[in-house]
Amino acid sequence: MSDEQGPREPTPEEPGHPPDVPSPGDGAVAVSEEELAQAEIEAAKEREEEAAGVTLDATFSQRLVAALTGTSVVVTVLAFVSALVIGAFIIALSEDAVRESLGYFFARPTDAVQASLEAVGSAYLALLQGSLVGIPQLSETLVSATPLILTGLAVAVPLRAGLFNIGAEGQFVAGGMVAGLIGFALTGLPMLVHLPLALLAGIIAGGIYGWIPGVLKARTGAHEVISTIMLNNIGLLVSGYLISTTLFRRPDRADPISRSVEESARFPRLVWWEPSLRVNASLLVALALAVAIFWLVERSTRGFELNAVGMNPRAATAAGMSPGNTVILAMTTGGAMAGAAGAAVILGLQYRLTIGFSAGLGFDGITVALLGRGRIGGTVAAGILIGALKAGGRNMQAQTGTSLELALVIQALIIVFIAAPGLVRAIFRIKADDLQTAQVSKGWGG
Amino acid sequence: MSQTVTAPAAQRRRERRFGVFSLLVLAVMLGVFATSARGEQATFVLNDARGQLFELPNLVVDVVPAVLVLSAIVAVIAYRQFTTGFGSKAVLLVGVVALLFVLAFLTWAAAEGQLSVVGLLRGSLARATPIALGALAGVVCERAGVINIAIEGQFLAGAFTAAVVSSLASDPWIGLFGGIGAGVLVAFMLAGLTIQFKADQIVVGVVLIVFATGVTSFLNTQVLSGNPQLNSPTRFTAIAVPVLSEIPLIGPVFFRQSVMVFGMLIAVATLHYALFQTRWGLRLRSVGEHPKAADTVGINVLATRYKAVLLGGVFAGIGGAWWTLDAVGQFSREMTGGRGFIALAAMLVGRYSPVGAFGAALIFGFADQIATSLQLLRVPVPSDLLLTAPFLVTILVVAGLMGRLRPPAANGKPYTKE
Repeated sequence: MSDEQGPREPTPEEPGHPPDVPSPGDGAVAVSEEELAQAEIEAAKEREEEAAGVTLDATFSQRLVAALTGTSVVVTVLAFVSALVIGAFIIALSEDAVRESLGYFFARPTDAVQASLEAVGSAYLALLQGSLVGIPQLSETLVSATPLILTGLAVAVPLRAGLFNIGAEGQFVAGGMVAGLIGFALTGLPMLVHLPLALLAGIIAGGIYGWIPGVLKARTGAHEVISTIMLNNIGLLVSGYLISTTLFRRPDRADPISRSVEESARFPRLVWWEPSLRVNASLLVALALAVAIFWLVERSTRGFELNAVGMNPRAATAAGMSPGNTVILAMTTGGAMAGAAGAAVILGLQYRLTIGFSAGLGFDGITVALLGRGRIGGTVAAGILIGALKAGGRNMQAQTGTSLELALVIQALIIVFIAAPGLVRAIFRIKADDLQTAQVSKGWGG
Repeated sequence: MSQTVTAPAAQRRRERRFGVFSLLVLAVMLGVFATSARGEQATFVLNDARGQLFELPNLVVDVVPAVLVLSAIVAVIAYRQFTTGFGSKAVLLVGVVALLFVLAFLTWAAAEGQLSVVGLLRGSLARATPIALGALAGVVCERAGVINIAIEGQFLAGAFTAAVVSSLASDPWIGLFGGIGAGVLVAFMLAGLTIQFKADQIVVGVVLIVFATGVTSFLNTQVLSGNPQLNSPTRFTAIAVPVLSEIPLIGPVFFRQSVMVFGMLIAVATLHYALFQTRWGLRLRSVGEHPKAADTVGINVLATRYKAVLLGGVFAGIGGAWWTLDAVGQFSREMTGGRGFIALAAMLVGRYSPVGAFGAALIFGFADQIATSLQLLRVPVPSDLLLTAPFLVTILVVAGLMGRLRPPAANGKPYTKE
């Protein structure tokens, strides 16, 4: 699929059509008949491999990255590089020292350059150290990745059916609220009953909250982007209200903070002998759910219908499928995943509900799913990557005072570059024309 | 109102569903408003404190009888909906039921208190301003075939830049131009990525929102919090139109507003005329409906789309500046609070027409203002739940009453010249 150069060589369009040969007039070396035949055989082999979905000569990491983005390795790497470079400019401009030295830039330009380099270097070093260097940092990366994988799936599954679920935030809140309620309202249950019960309650609550826009879309045609955004706002406001009621609030506290989840409903830590490592069993739940979703979307009959509706609803209808039911299934499944994410955060990490406990994790799911190009494996990998960015961002804020929101900016920039591979090609003057533009979602009419 | 011709049977079923809605409304009116009023009389204040040509008497109504009368009208409408139906006026009657419900709710809420009608209406128009401007941005983009989800991002960028520029220049007009510049910058990113690089329009829109949220929040914590002099913009003050603003009730609502409200009204009228009556508008719409045909007759599709998106950026930038230059007077993190999405809903509800979008924006502005007005009355409903009103209204309107939309045919599809 890919050679040492990175971008794929243009392959001939039709089988049997001879590959493009540079003409001697262009100053290229003339190609012998033998080489031509050889190239044709290789091209045919490449097509076969592509059709089978296997790439023999690609290394595992190349396949991982290809699965991550659906585009070639080079574009993904360049997208990251571009995002980091623009992020560097934003860091530099926001640093007081840099802006002061810009005032006398033409007198002593070295000052500005040096101050910029220092600010950017220390910020990015802290970002890297906080996410990957060392066991505790890796643990934090996985802790951050757990809900991101799940909210990523919450967006990815509807995306496969041609729906854009922006409601993961609200579904996350619904799942977290109900899981938390079951977690502290019931007492005296053994963990084997209590924890699965609370988790299941969260999944169901998220599923119901995702079912609503699905039904609205299927029955009335209300666009899911509008209805999920409205449900997000409603969910956040209602949860804020509920947390301050006696049903949820801690009796001894006046500020809106809920009671704590019982020990029996908390996810056990994976490294129980080292209490500082927060990575817990909810990570395993997330991965198990990802496998289940993979089976549902890629292997099951319903998944086939889901993909068919996503690609061409009219053809799917003609083939006897029901787009309405598929829309509802996709949104409900997505909502259930976001609900599981909410449950994972409340039962695995925070143990209590506070106002705004979702902290934008649902919206991050959009980034994760788009980065994973709506593929299940890609979404999991993207979740871990964004998790690393988040864990590193926290470290960056603590060490260098560069605000955590920079991680958000870098996230958005990465997606911009990946959603528009043409932009990366234009910047870096890559000629290869095999990178398809990404049209994953649909307009209002879909 | 519905443009599609509905079969009689389907029409009957639809009206019966509206009837169920009316019955639900009736149940709430009788079960809650008529039985749990906190006082016997509700007072609606029609005068403005700032003086006017002559004083109007306060409108004082007895709560329970008023609610019962309103309920009776709803009951009659519901009966008609279940029996003969209203035919082509069906959707209009749902609006009437909703209006009666709001009146009953206000009567109940104002019991044993005073509700300023002028304040309610004036606030509604003011709060409709950014929503209408954002909706105009959506209309002009989507009529040209580019989906603009990024209105929220344009709002944030506009609000932030307007605040900083107005603080530096001590002049709201220069600040407004800063806001426009930021809105156009985000629009330029949208246009470049979707028109030129043909990236997915909805994805780019959402990403631009994340980007604008990230950059403004980042700069807010990193720069503005340490330099408060950069975040104290000079604001627009309310302008009273001579004589007209002295008319009771109408004067303070329409003629004593900030210059941004007047600007919004002019923008709505101008864009509506330009879109539907001028050659420019016809060309723009043709690009959104059938770009290939437009191209054939010599219209530059990509350039027209570019200009439309940038013009949308101007409207959205002004809408964003409303927060820092008019309403709040200071930038804070994510201060637009999802109003960009409500603008999007207003555009859809208004069926891609500027005047329609303005009408929808008024409904949302009213729903927004009602939460604030009722907090002053100390209504026994938690403020968090009252604040859900505009969002609930959006869902109800988009899902229940409007039916299926007919967007511009080439909306969301990148155009490649062959």
